[in-house]
Amino acid sequence: MAEYFHSVRLTAKHCKGCVNCIKRCPTEAIRIRGGKAQITEARCIDCGECIRRCPSHAKTAYTDCLADLARYKYNIALPAPALYAQFPPQVPVNCITTGLTKLGFDEVFEVAQGAEIVTLAIRDYLKRTDIKRPAISSACPAVVRMIQIKFPELIEHLVPIDAPVEVAGRVVRAERSRELGIDPEEMGLWFITPCPAKMTAVRQPLGSEKSNITGAIGISAIYGDLLKAVPDSADRCNSRRASWVGVGWAMAGGETSAVKLENSLIVHDIHSLNEVLEQVAMGKFEYVDYIEALACAGGCIGGPLTIENRFVAEQCMKRRLKDMRSEDADRGIVARQGYEEAELGAHERRAIEPRPIMRLDDDIFKAMYKVDLMEKTLNLLPGLDCGSCGSPNCKALAEDIAQGNASETDCIFKLRERVRDLAQEMVDIAQKLPPSFGNNKEKDN
Amino acid sequence: MKSEPSVLLETALEGACFETAGEASSKLKLVLQQIGVPSDIVRRIAIAAYEAEMNVIIHAARGVVKAAVYPNRTEITVEDQGPGIPDISLAMKEGYSTAPDYVREMGFGAGMGLPNMLRCSDNFKIETVIGQGTTIYMVFYHDKQEAKLG
Repeated sequence: MAEYFHSVRLTAKHCKGCVNCIKRCPTEAIRIRGGKAQITEARCIDCGECIRRCPSHAKTAYTDCLADLARYKYNIALPAPALYAQFPPQVPVNCITTGLTKLGFDEVFEVAQGAEIVTLAIRDYLKRTDIKRPAISSACPAVVRMIQIKFPELIEHLVPIDAPVEVAGRVVRAERSRELGIDPEEMGLWFITPCPAKMTAVRQPLGSEKSNITGAIGISAIYGDLLKAVPDSADRCNSRRASWVGVGWAMAGGETSAVKLENSLIVHDIHSLNEVLEQVAMGKFEYVDYIEALACAGGCIGGPLTIENRFVAEQCMKRRLKDMRSEDADRGIVARQGYEEAELGAHERRAIEPRPIMRLDDDIFKAMYKVDLMEKTLNLLPGLDCGSCGSPNCKALAEDIAQGNASETDCIFKLRERVRDLAQEMVDIAQKLPPSFGNNKEKDN
Repeated sequence: MKSEPSVLLETALEGACFETAGEASSKLKLVLQQIGVPSDIVRRIAIAAYEAEMNVIIHAARGVVKAAVYPNRTEITVEDQGPGIPDISLAMKEGYSTAPDYVREMGFGAGMGLPNMLRCSDNFKIETVIGQGTTIYMVFYHDKQEAKLG
């Protein structure tokens, strides 16, 4: 079995070898080799930033597909609430979920219902006095992976509660297998997701040994089919179960509103996240209770596998939530008021491990030598951070050289200097004639 | 005599230059991560180095941060040319600050710098000459066991 599974992939034939993705990757995981982008698996956190940036659409996310449903007896779709923002607010949620059943799912269980449970669990967790503050949300897998790699000292700040989709999966699998008498292993649970990081988290779970979800299907993958399957009227549609509390999680700030936090910091977009985590590591936010951290600008509605523009999606979501807040009570839709520890699956949790890929070598002596070499090499490089060598900046090239993965002449400026020096030498040599040559410069033919 | 392998870093600091404040300790933190010093130790070193750097920028005319990273420990020396500290025991009290108003308005100068440095480091020494400047020496052991013995 491969050591790493990554949802984010390259379609080589579209890749031009430009510098757009290498410059924006938050962990500097990409290099251009042989004219194509190459992702270093150990460093990739599946944030999908490269998918967003690639002008040639060469970066994609691998997710499962509808054909995989055939492997299971009973298939449940778990839509992320971000799905609802892909349709204008006039399209009721229950029409969208009915559309999903038409695509082959036996049932739809909203992830927002899982979010309601997690909301209550977070509220209880923050009442404790023995936790590290600020507590950091662990719902976004790209955030967790970023912390594992660049800020391992902050792992203990992560809230030890499963993400909403995992809780939803656990709850519905147990309930349905009991009600319908189906073997839980014969049920397929499919997360309809805006996010490659979630796909990776299903195959390589964080904080537990096995995911409660069978697979993840990208929203962009089924959008076309879903658009045709969504019924025009709400008449023959299933009823909606999730309230605004869980649905709001799709937007940046949704968690904070749901948990009713007054002392929380909301950060979204992977580069802003980096900045905030640096300050957390410096102890600048000790007085903050909670950090709602999301890798995508705008929150999940800005995920790489969404269709709608994130600003349009945000307005759509705001409108939906406003309507839900006023309609829910009349429709008898009430958010969960309590939960059971078993639903959170505390016994299944495993510690999140640091991933020290920043260090140059496992042997500290070799690492020190490489750091020295890196500093010396960096002083020789032009410092233009152009990316032409295939590394995102001169510092990264110096590191690659120290690791033996690149050479100084990969830098076109160094190469040009060498050509100039060699050319100069050639001219010098050409001008030096041995003593046996006469003054006569004409050559015999 | 065989010399110990080490990585040496030196960064000059300019007094009242807040635009670059924190860059020296940030760079040091990255180097420590690249060497593979345990992350909890790196956190302490980064905080202590940052506090020392800020003190120089807030109070002194200029200074220098010198870091020597050895396999089992990191030694940091921060020396400045500045006013010096008249009463060291007072300066070491939490909350006591002599930072000017404009600095406090920026959010610095909370009076936690020196106490933080003492708390974060395994060995801490401070020397000062009024009217000339201050030097701070700190040692951080990479292994908790060595810290207790050393």
